[in-house]
Amino acid sequence: MMSTFSIERPGIHSTFQDKGRFGLQHLGVVAGGCMDSFLSDLANKLVGNDIYQPLVEFAHQGPQIKMISGKVHVSITGNIKFEIKKNNKKIIEGIPNSSFYLEEGDLLDVIATKKSIYGYLAVEGCFDLEKINNSFSTLLKAKIGPNGGRKLFINQKINVNSTIANNNKKLLSNFDKVNEIRVLPGKQLNYFSDKSLKDFYLEKYKISNNTDRMGARLEGNKLEHLSSFNIPSEGIAKGSIQVPGDGQAIVLLNDHPTVGGYPKIAHIITADYDNFVQKQPGSEVTFKEVSLKEAEIAFDKYLSYKKKQQSLISNANE
Amino acid sequence: MLKKITTVGDSSIICDFGENVDLITNSKVIKLFYYVKNLSQEKKIKGLLNYTPSYNKLLISFDLEKVKSNEIIERINSVDLTAIPEIIKPKNHLIPICYDEEFALDLKLMEKKLNLNFSEIIKIHSETSFFVYMIGFIPGHPYMGDMDKKLHLSRIPTPRLRVPKGSIGLAEKFCNTYTFEAPGGWNIIGKTPLEFFDIKKNNPSILSPGDTVKFESVKKSEIKNLK
Repeated sequence: MMSTFSIERPGIHSTFQDKGRFGLQHLGVVAGGCMDSFLSDLANKLVGNDIYQPLVEFAHQGPQIKMISGKVHVSITGNIKFEIKKNNKKIIEGIPNSSFYLEEGDLLDVIATKKSIYGYLAVEGCFDLEKINNSFSTLLKAKIGPNGGRKLFINQKINVNSTIANNNKKLLSNFDKVNEIRVLPGKQLNYFSDKSLKDFYLEKYKISNNTDRMGARLEGNKLEHLSSFNIPSEGIAKGSIQVPGDGQAIVLLNDHPTVGGYPKIAHIITADYDNFVQKQPGSEVTFKEVSLKEAEIAFDKYLSYKKKQQSLISNANE
Repeated sequence: MLKKITTVGDSSIICDFGENVDLITNSKVIKLFYYVKNLSQEKKIKGLLNYTPSYNKLLISFDLEKVKSNEIIERINSVDLTAIPEIIKPKNHLIPICYDEEFALDLKLMEKKLNLNFSEIIKIHSETSFFVYMIGFIPGHPYMGDMDKKLHLSRIPTPRLRVPKGSIGLAEKFCNTYTFEAPGGWNIIGKTPLEFFDIKKNNPSILSPGDTVKFESVKKSEIKNLK
């Protein structure tokens, strides 16, 4: 069935995303994709989709969406305050990490993400979007992606090839986030003073307001370079922590530049990446060094936790 | 030669060809890049997500759910770089450029810094055969070298917040093209009407690492429609 939404309020930063656009970094196109893959996978699972379907990622304040026609099975994941104003004016407080139906005339208001940045909205079936070079991900800076490479915008209509084969689902879990982020040592440690290398693991670093899908700037003890802070530009990997000339570290996130020339002091392990990207500006983190072996074990644990949680999804009415 | 392979975090590795930034080193990086890209596309290595060549390094990123770094490192270490065939034939491109003063934003500065007049600068630039070392920064944006020593320039003192799309710039021994409007500090010598990048195409970039480029001067009237 073709159903249609209208965007009454786009929210601060709402884009279509999927797992990312791979295999083009050598041409200057970064993979991008969902920032928090735990929550985005969960959103698709809650409506019975596979994890490769596109979804709406929102940050801080989400969209307000009106159902114009049809019926859609929707899920919202994250630590989210939202409500559904039914056509009959009844207001239902939203329960995040669950799914529900939206019918003609219903208004979904994703008010805010709480103690986190990102949340996800998935629909059973698929948004009616054009796949751009094998991906539904949006790269705003380069205007690449469905929806013209733009954020959601006011009054736009979004069609959904909706199916409603699945019952409403829920996952009652408490995803507690820790403030200690595990890292592997960077490749250019010889660019930093011993004091800086010590400080990096002893001091607290605050996530600055200057944080988006490209990177998170950290505020804290200045990290001193021994002499130069330029290296010949090299390919950048997601989660790398680089330190430019001003000594304030930047964690490179999903939409990072493809190449760059600042020395890297550390790399966030994959198991802790989702946790880190949800850290709001103003919150503090500490870094803990682990070995590659420990990072790989942590990833296996992360993966089995993710699968375990998905297996705990139950019918919403139970 | 490939000096060493190290891990970058838990889901990337970097193949390091030493510290030199020159054509010989970069050609080796690009050779390995195409080899690895091909292995991945033929599904002879699983789990690779991206491969990013730069001046003297090749970054390979992978899906930790499918493969671990030691498997990839072992695989690359088993490759005899001198014996691998050239898989991709590099393309030679002739790129139109208009050197009109309307587009050569740093013409005056370049004349002064280089102690050459603009027609001498144009002559050297348009006679140079460039090699695409890498593409990055913004989609399709090439780093091309080597520029004749007479045209080596440092970046402009205050970078521009917006360099117009199509602008061609010089910095040190490299020449670039702003494939999209972007901030930047390179010395702008002219502008091309050519669209370098279209994400909707299967191969979205006109240039690939390892290609060669020569510039061909065109009149302003020929690119008047460029915005």
